[in-house]
Amino acid sequence: IKYYSTGSSEPQFMGINNTFTNSIQFVNAENYEPIPIYRILEASQKTKLSEDEKLNEVYLKKMYCDMVTISVMDKIMYGLHRQGRISFYMTNTGEEAVQIGSATALTLEDTIYAQYREAGVLLHRGQPLAKFMNQCFGNCEDDGKGRQMPVHYGSKELNFMTISSPLTTQLPQAVGAAYAFKLDKKNACVACYFGEGATSEGDAHAAFNFAATISCPVIFLCRNNGYAISTPVLEQFKGDGIAAKGPAYGINTIRVDGNDVLAMYYATKSAREFCIKQKKPVLIEAMTYRIGHHSTSDDSTAYRSVDEVSQWDTHLPLVRFRLYLESLGLWCQKREQELIDSIKKEIFHAFGEAERKSKPHWRNLFTDVYKEIPDHIRKQMNLMEKHLEEFKEHYPLSSFTHTK
Amino acid sequence: MMLGKLSTRLRRAGRKLLLSSGEFSAGPKSHARGTHFKYFPCEKQTVVGETQKLNMYQAINHGLSIALENNPRSVVFGEDVAFGGVFRCTMDLKNRFGTDRVFNTPLCEQGIAGFGIGLANAGISAIAEIQFADYIFPAFDQLVNEAAKMRYRSGSMFDCGKLTIRAPCGAVGHGGLYHSQSPEAYFAHTPGLKASRNAFFIVVPRGAMHAKGLLLSCIDEPDPCIIFEPKTLYRIAIDEVPVAHYKIAIGKAEIVRSGDAVTLVGWGTQVHVLLEVADLVQEKLGVSCEVIDLVSILPWDAELVCKSAKKTGRVIVAHEAPMTNGFGAEIAATIQAECFLHLEAPVQRVTGWDCPFPHIFELFYLPDKWRCFAAVRDSLKY
Repeated sequence: IKYYSTGSSEPQFMGINNTFTNSIQFVNAENYEPIPIYRILEASQKTKLSEDEKLNEVYLKKMYCDMVTISVMDKIMYGLHRQGRISFYMTNTGEEAVQIGSATALTLEDTIYAQYREAGVLLHRGQPLAKFMNQCFGNCEDDGKGRQMPVHYGSKELNFMTISSPLTTQLPQAVGAAYAFKLDKKNACVACYFGEGATSEGDAHAAFNFAATISCPVIFLCRNNGYAISTPVLEQFKGDGIAAKGPAYGINTIRVDGNDVLAMYYATKSAREFCIKQKKPVLIEAMTYRIGHHSTSDDSTAYRSVDEVSQWDTHLPLVRFRLYLESLGLWCQKREQELIDSIKKEIFHAFGEAERKSKPHWRNLFTDVYKEIPDHIRKQMNLMEKHLEEFKEHYPLSSFTHTK
Repeated sequence: MMLGKLSTRLRRAGRKLLLSSGEFSAGPKSHARGTHFKYFPCEKQTVVGETQKLNMYQAINHGLSIALENNPRSVVFGEDVAFGGVFRCTMDLKNRFGTDRVFNTPLCEQGIAGFGIGLANAGISAIAEIQFADYIFPAFDQLVNEAAKMRYRSGSMFDCGKLTIRAPCGAVGHGGLYHSQSPEAYFAHTPGLKASRNAFFIVVPRGAMHAKGLLLSCIDEPDPCIIFEPKTLYRIAIDEVPVAHYKIAIGKAEIVRSGDAVTLVGWGTQVHVLLEVADLVQEKLGVSCEVIDLVSILPWDAELVCKSAKKTGRVIVAHEAPMTNGFGAEIAATIQAECFLHLEAPVQRVTGWDCPFPHIFELFYLPDKWRCFAAVRDSLKY
């Protein structure tokens, strides 16, 4: 037991361990060492990786294929949106390494809470292309029953929580789920993805603080890509990025080169091991650049120069990883072309299939609000049914399935 | 920073104030300023078996300990719950069930709600406390955009049905703006969305017996629930409470007293005001009122209320919350749509005024028995 008194020469204030000083010194940029960026893939491409049973030749190629798949899917879907065939889309361009590198280090036992720019994580876990397409169309085979906007994916089977639009709400939820894992003594953690803009929300503060004080095995994975829609990071924060916030909450933190898929893998792997063993959170800040527009509703040339974007375009995480695989003799130009051609074919096929499928039955508008339909909602559903009987020609009923 | 600290201090002070005032109140008579209502203990024996005389916080404490005992995958958390809670609802739970299952959180309501949703996602029965309903608004986004829509938006792949939020609400005599609010209508209606998208259950107990039964129902419900506990009843409301596990149905109202001249609808503390009004009306006007405890705000028991309205032809809805867009408006609109040909007088709402909840003017603000009595008289004369 520590007894507190005021006369001692050692500080005894509760919750703080430090010393007294008689000099006035403010702490900030001038006397603070910014957190360095961990990277492995050097420009020379002579990187020697540390031993890892997972990173065998087959798996390295799978990682690369997934990165290419996501980037090809993005290009096609973006184009199809421009043709008016889906209502909305968000690309992942430039952030493929953050997604695939971290996803590689996680297992299906780990629950994912994502923001919306993490389709690669879901793909890497095994989500078939058809399911991505079904969601974007909201057709009758969409697991989400066509209720949410495109790219709001989710998968029970792949332990990937359904995405929602409100930013950062998933952070404290991820912490709660992680606490559940701790209670259940699960040998797994929760991984929670978000952008640097999202960390300005109050929920981020809540989540970091809860995770640390209640001690929860969660990996906070921040994609710091320089922009929140049009807002550059300089208008988002004044400190040493997101990583610097970690230690302030008592969270083990690392900053990683998000364009280096292998650095992302090793950092996430270490974070996962620490989380599960110590039952404590980790914060990873992945430094990257959002090469694409924010979404299909955004034209980023309105707030940033083409030069800026093209400068990053040459550092594509894909290119860096491909050069590395080539240096190992695992990849070549011919394979690259074959891969892209086959992915394109597969995506166009899946897209066509998804586009042809009818939408879910209109009754799905009323179900799942509660587990059971309460009387007042059933009444409204019946009202709608009667209305449709009378005015059916004014509604696009033919695109919707007639079977429940 | 300074302002933040100051407001934290004020909140703490507010909590202290309410705690200490409670110290002296074993019943309505010894309460510092007296209450605006008289407590009518619950007379209906809902379950067969042993009962015990308990006040509302003790009944809630019983309910929580039953829940924790019956399900090892259940937790209780919130601000200051570990030492027993500022209203003592969680007394001894930490000692009995361990710090892993009964614990304090940082002082952050949006965190509490989000954290609870996550626990519920993973299948843990999460019983969260928001210290005062007045402080539930920082959690509004988590509750309205997340908890309420999780099952719907995921096509029922995911849900947070195991989440229960408890929050002390309502007037307490001297709670001022931020220790008195009744925010149920905000949750019964998500602005900009159809009410049918609102996937909460919201209940308000009127005493000890209801508090325990409703709490246990909420915990078992497969959808997220908010239970607003009228804090003025914590010590005053003493009922014979069944010792065993029992439930009170959500979505069902209760006729607390039968009558044929006027239907009086309320919930929480207001039910007791209305019972006194019924006595007054009987005594002064010689007619009988039917008093209905709505019990559940969402979904609400329109069937029972409309049946009574058709019988009496006159309805008064009373609640502490302000009038405009209060839940009384929903009830009145439904009654006029369903019972139009049976109504002998316009449906009246007797509510708090459309002002913030004031400190020294509380007794002028509340829809007390005299304001309700006047409304009944006017309705009968119409």
